[in-house]
Amino acid sequence: MQKELLSGNEAVARGAYEAGITFASAYPGTPSTEILENISKYKEDIHCQWGSNEKTALEEALGASFTGARSIVAMKHVGLNVAADPLFSASYIGTTGGFIIVSADDPGMHSSQNEQDNRNYAIAAKIPVLEPSDSQEAKEFVIEGIKISEEYNTPVMLRMTTRVDHSKSSVELGKRAATPEIEYKKDAVKRMLLPARARVKHVEVEKRQKKLKEFSTKFKYNYIIKGNSKIGVVASGISFQYARDVFKDAWFLKISMPYPFPEKLFLEFAKNVDKIYIIEENDPIIENFARLAAPEKEIIGKDLFPLNGEMMPDVILSTLGKKDLTPKFDISTLPIRPPSLCAGCPHTATFYNLNLQKVYVTGDIGCYTLGGLPPLNAMDTCVCMGASITVGFGIEKALEKAGKKIKQAAIIGDSTFFHSGITGLNDIIYNKGRSTVIILDNSITAMTGHQDNPGTGKTLMQEETQKIDIAKLIKNGLELKHTYEVDGYDVKAIKELLKRELERDEPSVIVVKRPCALLFKKAQWSPMQVDAEKCIKCNLCLKLGCPAITTKNEKAFIVEDLCTGCTVCSQVCPVDAIKFTDKHGFHIHDTSIQEYLIGGKK
Amino acid sequence: MKSIIICGVGGQGVLTASNLLSDVLLEAGFNVKKSEVHGMSQRGGDVIATIKYDEKEVLSPLPSINNTDYILSFEKLEALRNINYLSENGVIMVNDFVWEPLTVASGFAKYPEDIIENLKKYANELIIIPATKIARELGNSRATNVVLIGVLASNMDINKKTWTDIIKKKVPPKFIDLNLKAFEKGYNYNK
Repeated sequence: MQKELLSGNEAVARGAYEAGITFASAYPGTPSTEILENISKYKEDIHCQWGSNEKTALEEALGASFTGARSIVAMKHVGLNVAADPLFSASYIGTTGGFIIVSADDPGMHSSQNEQDNRNYAIAAKIPVLEPSDSQEAKEFVIEGIKISEEYNTPVMLRMTTRVDHSKSSVELGKRAATPEIEYKKDAVKRMLLPARARVKHVEVEKRQKKLKEFSTKFKYNYIIKGNSKIGVVASGISFQYARDVFKDAWFLKISMPYPFPEKLFLEFAKNVDKIYIIEENDPIIENFARLAAPEKEIIGKDLFPLNGEMMPDVILSTLGKKDLTPKFDISTLPIRPPSLCAGCPHTATFYNLNLQKVYVTGDIGCYTLGGLPPLNAMDTCVCMGASITVGFGIEKALEKAGKKIKQAAIIGDSTFFHSGITGLNDIIYNKGRSTVIILDNSITAMTGHQDNPGTGKTLMQEETQKIDIAKLIKNGLELKHTYEVDGYDVKAIKELLKRELERDEPSVIVVKRPCALLFKKAQWSPMQVDAEKCIKCNLCLKLGCPAITTKNEKAFIVEDLCTGCTVCSQVCPVDAIKFTDKHGFHIHDTSIQEYLIGGKK
Repeated sequence: MKSIIICGVGGQGVLTASNLLSDVLLEAGFNVKKSEVHGMSQRGGDVIATIKYDEKEVLSPLPSINNTDYILSFEKLEALRNINYLSENGVIMVNDFVWEPLTVASGFAKYPEDIIENLKKYANELIIIPATKIARELGNSRATNVVLIGVLASNMDINKKTWTDIIKKKVPPKFIDLNLKAFEKGYNYNK
């Protein structure tokens, strides 16, 4: 059998291939993004696409299931909030082809705004959930999930977590299963949810869940490992690996399907031990079921272990008082290395100007959230995808009612605008707002590692497609009179445009255009340098927070290796001390953006 | 069970190096698990990857405090940031290279001056390699990671050919020569 070292996300993609899936969709979001990127390697066999958001992606995968096609949709945990509406309906409607919903949770919040445990969604929507503990299981659970989905007429949730997504372990590769026949057969009774039909459906769903509870006890991936003591440990997901590193002699109950809970299996397990530790990340899902099943048993769970963060071996050990984690060296004294906007980032000049003009900025989710960190400090709120426009609008209207007004702007990226920004813009136009909305269009979904989106002209399968032009959409579609485009590297033009539009008593949109600097190869960069004799140590260039700019003998100094030659620093320099070196390659700054511009840049 | 931390700054090739190492270990017949954190850390933040391997099954893929055998750091400050993971018998291999964090460049913090002293204090063995300088001399600073992998290889008990075979297999064809040279430089550095 061929073995390969795969990340959990690569393994899910492999599972999709082996399970005979023919449709896959997603909206990118760490830690889930690589699932679809890897599925796209099988594009001969699997049609795959990016949705505008998680809701559209889930609905599209559900539609695919209606034809009998096996389908999968992937998203990060907070993405499922966006897709929650179709999720609940999909549970009642059920499936035709097997349907997997991947939720990539993020215990420890490595790259998320909250730590929600999406197993709660599986319980609320009444669909089974599988939790793999390594890459091999991640692959197998896609295949098993498809079987369960088809047999029990239900979508199946695959709950991944960051450590399972991004850890690599070896996986045995198998063959692709035969794909079922794909044909759309009318069945409105099944798929058209109306109150009268939904009442019947709900009864069926409850019956299904009862059957799945029986299945869960028999499911081979829920199993008991005998131990040499009277201690029992129940664990799921990556916590199962962590717990086995810690409790050497204990009995184990490995839970791969926490809901519906394998109650009979748990009771059989509990007979062998006096005391049960339940090790799971985030919420006490397994624990609550276990306590209900065996109220007389001594169970230790979230009464002792933390509800937040990861349950890695060190955390379990220190919680049990078995390991002292006092550091030998205090690293809190070391300078931190926060992520920052890259050298040459086309967002920098906008944030620099917003900071200088002391604007209240409602922010959004993407690379540009980093514009809220020092030294740019140009963001006040970051709530969720798309919320910059709507939260800002709420602030504006509440102040207006109270007879007050502040200088405010909403800032959002291109992909996030397509995701859920446009609906907020409708609200502003409809409800007679006067907001200034800045759309940072860098022609890519950058934060998650350069995925295409409706504005890039390329599909996930790398086919050429129509490019949706944001400024044209707003100017010609929504007929918003004050729609402007400006070059992201043009400091002065941005400054003037902001000044003018922030004063305006009508809504306006500024689309700041420049492709992400990382879309260019390093060979195309043309670094600049500071003339130390001219530099007057004013530190204005350092206020850009550009990683390429540092100091040498108190004067500004550009690290040649990092500089892209975007020229933004040379534009803010009051004494013209920053010039191109003679190492001329391709000038990022000179690439014409005229082709994108409508209506001129000023 | 052995565990190795590879750390550095986003963009230095930490993840590529950790992939090479895992492939070598797998090829050498070990059970291997690797963990890494993506996302925010790709934007000039600190990056860490952990590889654990054993003849027996490897369970947790994560590093434990006071329990890591090797730290391979692409930058000096990052070696110190991860020092608490190092075991008493641990070895640190550090690139003699400073990448000032923005917090230092913009004057909010100072780059520590006593990094090497501190590393010496806690490491059983400390190896300092001018890997970036070596890579530049070879014509491309991006080969820094493979110079460092060479140093790690010279400290591990795995057949040299396994390393070079994996490099030939995994590196894009036009960079194989450069990477093999970089590996040799690292492999012979401490001899």
